[in-house]
Amino acid sequence: MATLQLLGFGSNGWGALLLAGALMTLAVTITALAIGAVLGTIVASAKLSGNALLATLGHVYTTIFRGVPELLIIYLIYFGGSSAVTAIGQSLGYEGFLGLPSFAAGALAVGIISGAYQAEVFRGAYLAIHKGELEAALAIGMNRGLRLRRIIVPQVLRFAIPGLGNVWQLSLKDSALISVTGLAELMRTSQVAAGSTRQYFLFFIAGGCLYLVLTSLSDRVFNSAERRANRSLPASSIGKA
Amino acid sequence: MDFAFLTQTMVTLLKAVPMTLLLFSLSIFFGGLLALVIVWMRVGGNPVLSAFAKGYIFIFRGSPLLIQMFLVFYGLGQFGFIRYSFLWPFLREPVVCAVLSLALCTAGYTAEIFRGGIRAVSPREIEAARSIGMSGFLLVRRILAPIAFRHALPAYSTEIVLMMKSTALASLVTVWEVTGVAQRLISQTYRTMEVFLYAAIIYLVLNFIILQAMSLIEYRLSRHRRAAPSALARQ
Repeated sequence: MATLQLLGFGSNGWGALLLAGALMTLAVTITALAIGAVLGTIVASAKLSGNALLATLGHVYTTIFRGVPELLIIYLIYFGGSSAVTAIGQSLGYEGFLGLPSFAAGALAVGIISGAYQAEVFRGAYLAIHKGELEAALAIGMNRGLRLRRIIVPQVLRFAIPGLGNVWQLSLKDSALISVTGLAELMRTSQVAAGSTRQYFLFFIAGGCLYLVLTSLSDRVFNSAERRANRSLPASSIGKA
Repeated sequence: MDFAFLTQTMVTLLKAVPMTLLLFSLSIFFGGLLALVIVWMRVGGNPVLSAFAKGYIFIFRGSPLLIQMFLVFYGLGQFGFIRYSFLWPFLREPVVCAVLSLALCTAGYTAEIFRGGIRAVSPREIEAARSIGMSGFLLVRRILAPIAFRHALPAYSTEIVLMMKSTALASLVTVWEVTGVAQRLISQTYRTMEVFLYAAIIYLVLNFIILQAMSLIEYRLSRHRRAAPSALARQ
């Protein structure tokens, strides 16, 4: 019974805080995915641009941010960002230490990592577009912007959905590492609850279960998005579901 | 440029590399063994074992490694029967906890990768083996395992690189590997960029070596699928 009270919503229950933590995890992951989408688009177009310098820069970006531990990148953004902000503050006449908000630092760090993975997803999706369709668009005189809007973007988005689902799952799990900056997301809240009640096992199991709920729910969302995006195609061309 | 500081930093970080490699190799080894057991349960045909394997894979792939590691490190010590068992001298060690949770986690991912490899084995090859009288372990050893392993290799090398990065989490349960040492240096010196770059170079070099080794293995294992050398082809 005491266990249920600890997980409940009463005065000494942690239920509400854990749920708030889960919402914070969701919020920081969505922000990170949006940052990653912008970075990923830029990096993917750099890699596909045909310009050797831009392609190399894109390659360096994806190699570094996919090859270095996520924790290290979070430290870089959090500590490095804080010292940059402090330096800017001092140049404006503010004395003392200024910290980067942990939400912003965490979302930016996970976003930068997710951008490296999303760049590869977008690049693969672009390469999956049938060459003939691009040629057809050229042949009937579509200009660059129109081609992008009518032919490329809709198909890249469709082909990218399964890969984006994987990136989302990765980012959701990476977001647990933001707990080192002190942001009260699900991991951090479970840690605080476990530490202050000495019920480590209980709260890490509870936190883990909430993560499982988040990952399996978002799996469903991406599956139905995939079905919806492919509804105009004959079932045979989608391959196995 | 402060060369004394830069050299000192690099030396300090390099001293932590053996710990990272230890965590990595032990967890890949035990995780691989466990993955074999789980994939055997998953495809073996017994519905109870298969359901257990499905649940295992769902849990360990669906939750963050950090929470699994904290569960092992802080959670297990909470129970009297573990504290007073013969296992406690081992489970008290942070390195053992880190390896245990890394291995448990990678086993879930690796089992799925191996299962994908098994599914890619053509039924014809299995039928051919059956028709000449191979069965059971001989079929697995001669036909299924080698072909499945070759198909699984590209995805498996990605997983191995992810594991190299995951060893960084061991620093949060007080194991002093490269990321932990880097974090300590950053908070002592506030020179984030230099320390980060050095640590990043170490990981990139390690990952590069792993990827090269894996592609060498892949090249060796697919000898029969490459075009024959032209001198032979002309005959």
